[in-house]
Amino acid sequence: MSRIIVYFAHPGQKFSRANLAMAKAAQRLADVTFVDLYAEYPRHDIDVEKEQARLLAHDIIVFQFPLYWYSTPSLVKEWQDLVLQHGFAYGHGGDRLAGKTLLVATTAGGSEEAYTPEGYQHFPLRRFLTPLEQTARLCKMTFAPPVVLYSALKAHEDREIAAHAAAYAGLLSALRAGAAALPEDTGETVLTTADLETLLPALQKAHPDD
Amino acid sequence: MTDFLLLAFVFLIAGVVAVPIATRLGLGSVLGYLIAGIVISPLLAGLGVDVIAIQHFAEFGVVMMLFLVGLELEPKMLWSMRNRLLGLGGLQVVGTTALVMVIGLAFGLYWTIALAVGLVLALSSTAIVLQTLGEKGLMKTEGGQSSFSVLLFQDIAVIPMLAFIPLLAMPELMDLGGEAALHAPDAHTEASGHAGDHSGAHGAHGAEDPHGDSHGASLSLVEGLPAWAAGLVTIGAVGAVILGGIYLTRPLFRFIAMAGLRELFVAAALMFVIGIALLMTLVGLSPALGTFLAGVVLANSEYRHELESNVDPFRGLLLGLFFITVGAGIDFDLLFGQFGTIIALTLGLILLKTGVLLALTMLFGIKGQDRWLFGLGLAQAGEFGFVLLSFTVANQVIPPALADQLLLVVALSMLLTPALFILFEKGIAPRFVASQERDADDIEEAGEVIIAGHGRFGGVVNRMLRAAGHATTVLDYSAGHLDMLRSFGFKVFYGDATRPDLLHAAGIEKARLLIVAIDGKEQINALVHYVRSNFPHVKIIARAVDRQHVYDLFAMGCDEIIRETFDSSVRTGRSAFELLGMHPFDAELVSRKFAEDDRYILKEMALVHDPKIPTSENQAYIEKSRTLMAEREAQIFGKSKAFDLDTDRGWRPPSEQDVQSITRDHEAS
Ligand SMILES: Cc1cc2nc3c(=O)[nH]c(=O)nc-3n(C[C@H](O)[C@H](O)[C@H](O)COP(=O)(O)O)c2cc1C
Repeated sequence: MSRIIVYFAHPGQKFSRANLAMAKAAQRLADVTFVDLYAEYPRHDIDVEKEQARLLAHDIIVFQFPLYWYSTPSLVKEWQDLVLQHGFAYGHGGDRLAGKTLLVATTAGGSEEAYTPEGYQHFPLRRFLTPLEQTARLCKMTFAPPVVLYSALKAHEDREIAAHAAAYAGLLSALRAGAAALPEDTGETVLTTADLETLLPALQKAHPDD
Repeated sequence: MTDFLLLAFVFLIAGVVAVPIATRLGLGSVLGYLIAGIVISPLLAGLGVDVIAIQHFAEFGVVMMLFLVGLELEPKMLWSMRNRLLGLGGLQVVGTTALVMVIGLAFGLYWTIALAVGLVLALSSTAIVLQTLGEKGLMKTEGGQSSFSVLLFQDIAVIPMLAFIPLLAMPELMDLGGEAALHAPDAHTEASGHAGDHSGAHGAHGAEDPHGDSHGASLSLVEGLPAWAAGLVTIGAVGAVILGGIYLTRPLFRFIAMAGLRELFVAAALMFVIGIALLMTLVGLSPALGTFLAGVVLANSEYRHELESNVDPFRGLLLGLFFITVGAGIDFDLLFGQFGTIIALTLGLILLKTGVLLALTMLFGIKGQDRWLFGLGLAQAGEFGFVLLSFTVANQVIPPALADQLLLVVALSMLLTPALFILFEKGIAPRFVASQERDADDIEEAGEVIIAGHGRFGGVVNRMLRAAGHATTVLDYSAGHLDMLRSFGFKVFYGDATRPDLLHAAGIEKARLLIVAIDGKEQINALVHYVRSNFPHVKIIARAVDRQHVYDLFAMGCDEIIRETFDSSVRTGRSAFELLGMHPFDAELVSRKFAEDDRYILKEMALVHDPKIPTSENQAYIEKSRTLMAEREAQIFGKSKAFDLDTDRGWRPPSEQDVQSITRDHEAS
């Protein structure tokens, strides 16, 4: 049984389709802590003590956000700057997060093909998540292969988006139940809807009681 | 009655004409008064005015001045000055007395006379020196503080001197010198008056009021008591002043403040000072010392600035009067009769006193320009010298002929003091510019922010500033408020912030920022206008009660204008959005947008606003407000969601078209 916290960050929620569906699905799960960062800190006044306590109380830290300019929405950056203090998250005496897992779940407007050397985004999407990956490493955390929804703007609400949200929620609940480890991160891996759908039966079988 | 009016008019016109001229010429107010006195002296002689009697009355200004000095000096500060007070002050008095005595002996004076002359001349002029130091802003410098220590010691030392002098009486030496004919007639009257008054008061407490009991105040609480009882009464009186100052003044002043009458407070302040002076006189102590102590006790009180601004005008007038009488009292017949001797004696005295003072600076490590300020500033003899002289004559210690010469020397040395200060300012200080700058910094530390009005609004501002470590001075006119605030340990002072004298007492000249948090449009405007036009360097943040008021404050040149209820209204609207289900971040963006739009309207309207035309007649204003309102009504009633549209801009995702266009461009390249 792993304790999971989902940090959901989306500044324009009235336009959101993909992330909102995912967030709603995550919110429905029992025993998963769900935080709407922009609702909790609309004036970016992050409560560092509270956030650090939250981190300590969970094993898997999930960041769910739309990809904005190849990065996180700004509040997530602010959160990192303030909460991941040296002496707490890294540096001298800073190993309080060691052994925890960081899972990124993001949605991108660009298609899977666009995120290739031939595509218009030129780089694989993983390249843009490098800062988060290295952040996890510095904090002695495991960086799980990120969950990605490509073509999020084109995706149909009832089909692609619904399927992705369901797969995302399925992953979270399997992890919460203490599922066998996620596939090892190769540094290139991303988990798309299809990847999650193939992975889930195995994960769920590891804990049929769930 | 006419006599009184005529006299008052002569003194006032002399001061009002001479002082501004002297100040304009950079000579300082003291010299102005002194010269005014010299100019009107023939007139006063013609009118048969008893200048000396007026001088005794005016010396009460010194008492008030020491009260004010005490108010500026917290007990802690006084305690930290103790070494300087006793060391510097004691050595100055003893050293000067001894040197003068030796010189007197060399000139063939009998030792008792030489010693008495030494005591008379050792004293300096508290009135002139403190007035000048204050005027030139030198009070807080090391030189100023040292000077003050010495003056305070001298003022206290007068008491034992008055007790001691009668022991030097040598009646057989009194008809010494043949120039008895030159004596001014009223000096004689004065002298015999003293003799009558004090012949019975030679005991341990023969010490009497140096400031005017020569005019019949022969009441005493200690006369005729055995020494121990007199001692107890004296200690009791000092204790009463200190304890009364600590425990009684606050309820008393609050009671008076409740009445809300300004003149009552003035009366109470005067009553307080005069009462203490009277008590001290009755037990044979220096009234100046008593009021000084009372001032120190009240230095921490919230009524300090109010007391200061009430007593200060009286001090100013009385000291002015005192300086005029010094000028008017100069006996020109005697001066021109023995010109060489008198001038030589005066210059000799100044040189000697300066020498002693400079020697002391080396002993006490006073350096740079402070050294010279101290040395030149205290080089004169003082008003207590006058008192001691008439007392010595009355007690047959110094022969009248010599006393008259000395009287003139004392007066002339005082007359020359402003010149010495000018010498210091123009000749010496410029060479020590660096150390002067450092001094200026010290002064700035106190009360860099003045908060006018400490209600709920000003209170929050004060707490914020204090939390960030800024020194604030708070002025408020509600006595009820103050008690509560003081119990929280805030520094708050009682008084009406719109009064220039109170602002002055609170240090507006040195303040960096004024925060206007008082109520009432008229008062706010008056305060802002006064400070903006008199102290352009002070930044002003003011609270506007309404939109119209914003325009007024803007026109007056306020640096920041805060609308009284605007921010809290916007926050209320934001909370309403949230409780109605809007996402908190959207609620934040919308309310920001609203506030921005409102400020835009305000600015647009300010452009067409004209303070000279009433709003109801300002056509452009009405027109503009109609268009702006129409635009916004469309938003409100037509649901055009203008704010939403603007906040949407940031987070609206690109459309399919955008993605296609990116892809096309990519394929083309
Ligand atoms: C400000 C902004 C920046 C964006 N930057 C990117 C980007 O760098 N790469 C990308 O693939 N999509 C980008 N997008 C598209 C978003 O990723 C897309 O709108 C989002 O993933 C859709 O999810 P939602 O329905 O939850 O809002 C951006 C969108 C916005 C509004």
